[in-house]
Amino acid sequence: MAAKVFMEALSPTMEEGRLVKWHKQEGDAVKVGETLAEVETDKAVMDLIARADGVLRQVAVTDGQTVPVGSVVAVIAAPGEDVSSPVTTPAAVTSVSGKRETGNVGLATTAAPVAVSPAQVVSGADATHVKASPLAKRMAKEAGVDLKLVTGSGPGGRVVRRDLETAGRVEKGEVRSVAASAAVQRSEPLPSPVSPVAARSGGAYEDVPLTQIRKTIAKRLATSLGPIPHFFLTTEVDMERAAEARDALNRQLGDRGKVSFNDIIVKATALALTKHRACNAWFQEDHIRYWNEVHLGMAVAVEDGLITPVIRNADLKPLLEIGQEAKQLADKARSRRLQPSEYTGATFSVSNLGMFDIDQFTAVINPPEAGIIAVGSIAPKPVVWDGQVVPRRRMRITMSCDHRVIDGATGAAFLRTLKEMLENPLAMLL
Amino acid sequence: MASQFDVIILGGGPAGYVAAIRAAQLGLSTAVVEKDKLGGVCVNIGCIPTKALLHSAYIAKLLREAKEFGVDAGLVKTDYGVAMQRSRRVSDQNSKGVEFLMKKNKITVVKGSGVLQPGRKVKVGSDSYEARKAVIIATGSRVKGLPQIGLEINKTTVISSDEALFLEKAPATLAIIGAGAVGMEFADIFSAFGTTVTLIEALPRILPLEDAEASEALAKSYKKRGIEVIAGAKVKKGTPAKDKVTLEVEANGATRKIEVAAVLMAAGRAVNTENIGLAECGVQVSERGFIKVDPGLQTTAPGYYAIGDVAGPPMLAHKGMREGVNVTELVAGKKPHAIRYDNVPSVTYCHPEVASIGLTEDQCKERKLEYVAGRFPFSANGRARGTGETEGFVKILRDKKYGEILGAHIVGGHASEIIHELAVARENEYTVEEVELAIHAHPTMSEAVAQAALDSLGRVVDM
Repeated sequence: MAAKVFMEALSPTMEEGRLVKWHKQEGDAVKVGETLAEVETDKAVMDLIARADGVLRQVAVTDGQTVPVGSVVAVIAAPGEDVSSPVTTPAAVTSVSGKRETGNVGLATTAAPVAVSPAQVVSGADATHVKASPLAKRMAKEAGVDLKLVTGSGPGGRVVRRDLETAGRVEKGEVRSVAASAAVQRSEPLPSPVSPVAARSGGAYEDVPLTQIRKTIAKRLATSLGPIPHFFLTTEVDMERAAEARDALNRQLGDRGKVSFNDIIVKATALALTKHRACNAWFQEDHIRYWNEVHLGMAVAVEDGLITPVIRNADLKPLLEIGQEAKQLADKARSRRLQPSEYTGATFSVSNLGMFDIDQFTAVINPPEAGIIAVGSIAPKPVVWDGQVVPRRRMRITMSCDHRVIDGATGAAFLRTLKEMLENPLAMLL
Repeated sequence: MASQFDVIILGGGPAGYVAAIRAAQLGLSTAVVEKDKLGGVCVNIGCIPTKALLHSAYIAKLLREAKEFGVDAGLVKTDYGVAMQRSRRVSDQNSKGVEFLMKKNKITVVKGSGVLQPGRKVKVGSDSYEARKAVIIATGSRVKGLPQIGLEINKTTVISSDEALFLEKAPATLAIIGAGAVGMEFADIFSAFGTTVTLIEALPRILPLEDAEASEALAKSYKKRGIEVIAGAKVKKGTPAKDKVTLEVEANGATRKIEVAAVLMAAGRAVNTENIGLAECGVQVSERGFIKVDPGLQTTAPGYYAIGDVAGPPMLAHKGMREGVNVTELVAGKKPHAIRYDNVPSVTYCHPEVASIGLTEDQCKERKLEYVAGRFPFSANGRARGTGETEGFVKILRDKKYGEILGAHIVGGHASEIIHELAVARENEYTVEEVELAIHAHPTMSEAVAQAALDSLGRVVDM
């Protein structure tokens, strides 16, 4: 009985395939395991393998043609067999390995009326076989990570646990860290502080596979600026009094610690949010969750990415405590020791690029939060003050708002409160 | 002009000689500088001779229990001197074996104490040698006494393993200070040779680095054999006399005096980093005294590498041997598989044997890991019943979510051999399921591993 040749799902995400080139022509004898054709998937060019012995007949797809997965592209018939009326309905072909099942050597359960021997199954599965340790497979499955997109660092390119971990640290002793799925729950754009340095003697370019953290960042960001209707509000804040307050506080604190501008900005933002609950909210598809508690996300650049640890109840914490906690969280973030509970659940975020001498920028919202403040550098500028042009330390802050939650006036009101608090730190006491 | 080699290795112990052989295999011209016998502490005064003596002890134990098995060996007499002589022959054979391997691989062996000099040079006596690619420091470690409490090693009444391995006679009474692997093994040996042994450990339990259940099992077993075990004990003072030592030991809130014929110091080792020119070459040591190395085993001085005990814990021959392989591959520009320091098996060859890999249960708790402990006692294992080795168990700590083998602990006969199934599993990231899926021959001690794996999954069969 003739066996149909299907356009197979050669990658977990493949929906259609382009037949690049037939290796066998109509009438050629073919054997199980032989390459019939090259097929371009969404990821690579792969071989379409014969799953039956016989003669290739009824080639229905020509070189360069794209057809959906499951379409019949030809028939393998016994020599002399009458194949004048083959079934033409494209039968669905189960993906060789389902998206959440990657890593397991999936069986090609084709609907083809061919007795599939174990040997055939193996040859078919080889096309998508992923070398990975059993543990890595388990972790990838739980995390929904496609192992084929992971570069393996084990023997022979085998994907092992560390490839799935956010931690790229090579260190003596026991290193355990969270799985890729938990790596970055929140993200926003910052230039990667560490970009792979291509050797100068190398080629014109270097292809660096995406690390798991970078993939997650990409995925998360695409759900932000794309679907979320952003709008931006910028204001310039006079920081003279904040600077004076900070200096006075630090003089008083002496050895007990230091208050930074960032701590003051975090505290002021948290306090301003208590007065503008409309901005302290999550968009939840069918409802908006207005938060009574203020948990501030604080973007931290880490090696090859960023993460946003959360200062919980920032409105209730003294400045010094905010400072200490911010430092601890940032240190932990950099050494990749953050627990998921430490980087999830923010109600609003602050991103500060002032230290990089950025005057002003817009930050991308971390869904489901509805807003984020982007903080620029503090620099002296000539301003008109009491009718005179004088140099004063100024800082630009830009708020990104999710228009589904925050309207222009709502955001502006919040920003005005924040500006007032920073320009007159005593207002924080009100 | 100095003789030139690609690689010069300081120290011909397990780390050094393995590094030398791998270097030679990779086509590098190699020299090993060794002041004593090739094979180092391990072959000459460590792992190898103690294993010979432990087997003598095991035979004595078997013969004493033989009647029950239908073999009456009569009155069992032991002679430590004879056992010692045999252990020396075993060591010498092994040292000669290393010598042969050096010749076979065309490695130059320089006899003498090497001193590092800047510019990747090593001075041995008046001769100077220069390494084109790397100088590898593998000078190892040595026993140390506790002079601060009066227990400086005097080689007669206060001894270390160095002397214990050469005794002609087993002492009538012996106190062993330190119940790590060395202390445990000598307690086993001397007890079998008729010595009344008192084992003293400062930490709350013997084998303090092992899983608490392993410590407990061994404490029970030793007590049954008449070895006195005093854990959580502080030796306040030691007073050596001509033919005895008096110890003042504080334990359980009381101080008692213990008089013994000899004290064996088995509490820690000191690394050999003195007088080898480290500072002169810019090779820094850590606060704990180990040579500082980067993940590529290079010291703070470029071109100088350190491996084995001097490069940091665990101070185990097999860890040093693997570093020896990796360091030479790195020097040769290869990309070796990174050493997994969390996957170095630890073995104590006392009876019953103790072997472990990975985390202990307490460490799992400290790290707040979600785990399930699977256990299987050898008393429920057919093979163990047959051989009468029913002491001990296999314990596997399984990660609750992914099934990862977080740690494995074996107490029992041949534990040192059985552990490697779990070492291979962990190195390849098999979960408990893969371990259990492999068919284990029946009846074997190893079946207990599969059963412990099953137990961690809540479906143990044989219990």
